[in-house]
Amino acid sequence: MEAATVAVEREGPLERLREYARAHPARTAIGVLFLIVVVLVVAKGLHDVAQTALIGLSTGSIYALGAVGLTLVYGILKLTNFAHGDFLAFGAYMAYIVNVSWGIPLVVGVIAAMAMTALLGVILEKGMWAPMRARRAGVLQLILMSIGLALVIRYGIQYFAGTELRTLDVNKTDTIKFLGLTIGRTQAIVILVGFVTLIGTGLMLRYSLLGKRMRALSDNLDLAETAGIDTSRVILWTWVFAGAFAGLAGVLYGATTQLQPEMGFELLLPLFAAVVLGGIGDAFGALAGGILLGIVIEWSTLFLESGLKLAVGFVVLIVVLVIRPQGIFGKARTL
Amino acid sequence: MTDVLPLAVSFDAFTSLGFWLGVGVIAGSYTIFTLGLQLNVGFTGIYNFGQAGFMAVGAYSMAILVTDTGINFWLALPMSMLITIGFGLIVGLPSLRLRADYFAIATIAASEAIRLIALNWGGLTGGAQGIFGFDDSWDSLADTIEGWLMDLGWSDPDTLAPLFIVVWIVAIGLTFLLSRVQRTPWGRVLRAVREDEDAARALGKNAYSYKLQSLSISAALAAIAGFFLAINLAFVIPDEFGPTFTFVGYSMLVLGGLANYWGVAIGAIIFETLLEGLRFIDLPISEVKIAALRFIILGLILIGLMAFRPQGMLGKREEMVLGD
Repeated sequence: MEAATVAVEREGPLERLREYARAHPARTAIGVLFLIVVVLVVAKGLHDVAQTALIGLSTGSIYALGAVGLTLVYGILKLTNFAHGDFLAFGAYMAYIVNVSWGIPLVVGVIAAMAMTALLGVILEKGMWAPMRARRAGVLQLILMSIGLALVIRYGIQYFAGTELRTLDVNKTDTIKFLGLTIGRTQAIVILVGFVTLIGTGLMLRYSLLGKRMRALSDNLDLAETAGIDTSRVILWTWVFAGAFAGLAGVLYGATTQLQPEMGFELLLPLFAAVVLGGIGDAFGALAGGILLGIVIEWSTLFLESGLKLAVGFVVLIVVLVIRPQGIFGKARTL
Repeated sequence: MTDVLPLAVSFDAFTSLGFWLGVGVIAGSYTIFTLGLQLNVGFTGIYNFGQAGFMAVGAYSMAILVTDTGINFWLALPMSMLITIGFGLIVGLPSLRLRADYFAIATIAASEAIRLIALNWGGLTGGAQGIFGFDDSWDSLADTIEGWLMDLGWSDPDTLAPLFIVVWIVAIGLTFLLSRVQRTPWGRVLRAVREDEDAARALGKNAYSYKLQSLSISAALAAIAGFFLAINLAFVIPDEFGPTFTFVGYSMLVLGGLANYWGVAIGAIIFETLLEGLRFIDLPISEVKIAALRFIILGLILIGLMAFRPQGMLGKREEMVLGD
């Protein structure tokens, strides 16, 4: 099917191509992606492309987990939360306390991190965002408040934990080999945990009553309220999810790299990029956008210095914002 | 990224004039930087979060032109401003069509991309070590000014005094100029765009073009701030141009008050004094904790201002784009 898409793209005149791309954004995206893969495989060989894609899958699932909370909060509350990256950092440090300071297995640390970050989200909703919504705060007001909050969390972490790099108690040397590809054991676990959680989230959003309510709020909060949905309860649950997934993503990121107070900010823009890729407010889009971004960023290292891979992510973000601000899967109505 | 505030002041003499001149130089550079934000946010209603990136382009262009091509420093300044305006157009042309919050994300991403490129394109920018040795022409001007100060009877002028004087002449001059420009028909159209873009368009004004002009001027102001930052430090490194610089600028902007150019200088002075004043309090904690504390206070001030007084000190509530 992808091949067919590509064929149509090549044959048709520019106008017809554009028409088609507009009518089938997802198919076009798959087609373009397929083209990129073909070019990459021809240029760099199948092994390198598959190997980088596998590593990209690990960062991608972390981005996806972080992005789904960010996009839900945006969709439902129209809040561009610049503090979301620091939620991830907060979660990672919570896991560090449990895992390294107290010497308890990381699994417990993960649960603690998810619980604490969810709690943080709920406290901030009650203490900050709900009152600001009641005052009908403007876009800039909310953005600057979230930046202030981001600074407080980030430098709060620096105040208590210092700036030194910290490592979670995980196995970083073991590798798994299959089909000629190599991946770290921890990274493999990250992919596994990430995908299980993401599929669970997808199913929850699609089929559970809470998920449907969340999507209803995201579509139109006033209408959802009129329809008898207890919006403030759903909003609280949204924060619980956003916080818990941010905490989980933070721990997974910390497990594959290292912990430092700035990590949250470093993750924030890739998360935004994933959200924008998938269409702001679209939870399924954010999941796909995160994984796609992780892989694309990792592919860029085939050609560019690895120090530039985040810059590639930002360029992708800007390009998508410019040519398709509603995201590659989104419908025009979100804009 | 850990310490984005330029702290090129002597640490051994907190109470000396030199210390306060240092604070003044930083506050002055921030004033020029934030005047651009005021033009964008306060008077045009576009949320430019990429100001630090424009500042980086200005400072790096100047440093590269002087050290690599040997162009005269004084000629390099206007050239770098033009380059920065060009970058402003490149960023603005596509992204100004976006909604406010998307524009904020796009500009912060552009600014981070610029910083990462500066960090990784070692051949051009010197990578993490940066560039130095571009300020000989400035040093000779500074010597001349010191000579004048001695003629005026200051027997041993502080080394920062010339920079302090020039920064503030430029900052006050630009503030005055911008306030005047704001009262011209052009300035009134900007405000119309901020208040109601559709209405401005209905009156035949090209809102997009006005926004683009506003962003370009702001980028030029960022470039000027970048020159002073570079001269003050005597080098340019990527770490100086992180997004935190923009966030600090926004804090000064909203503290001074939106839609008031004179509020910018006041916000900058109060903020810098407050942040540097922390050094006078003899806290029994480490340097890292004090650095962290400064930013925690910054964050709390931002939250508090936005929650309780979004119009800042000098801003008028009816001029506010917020909370309507």
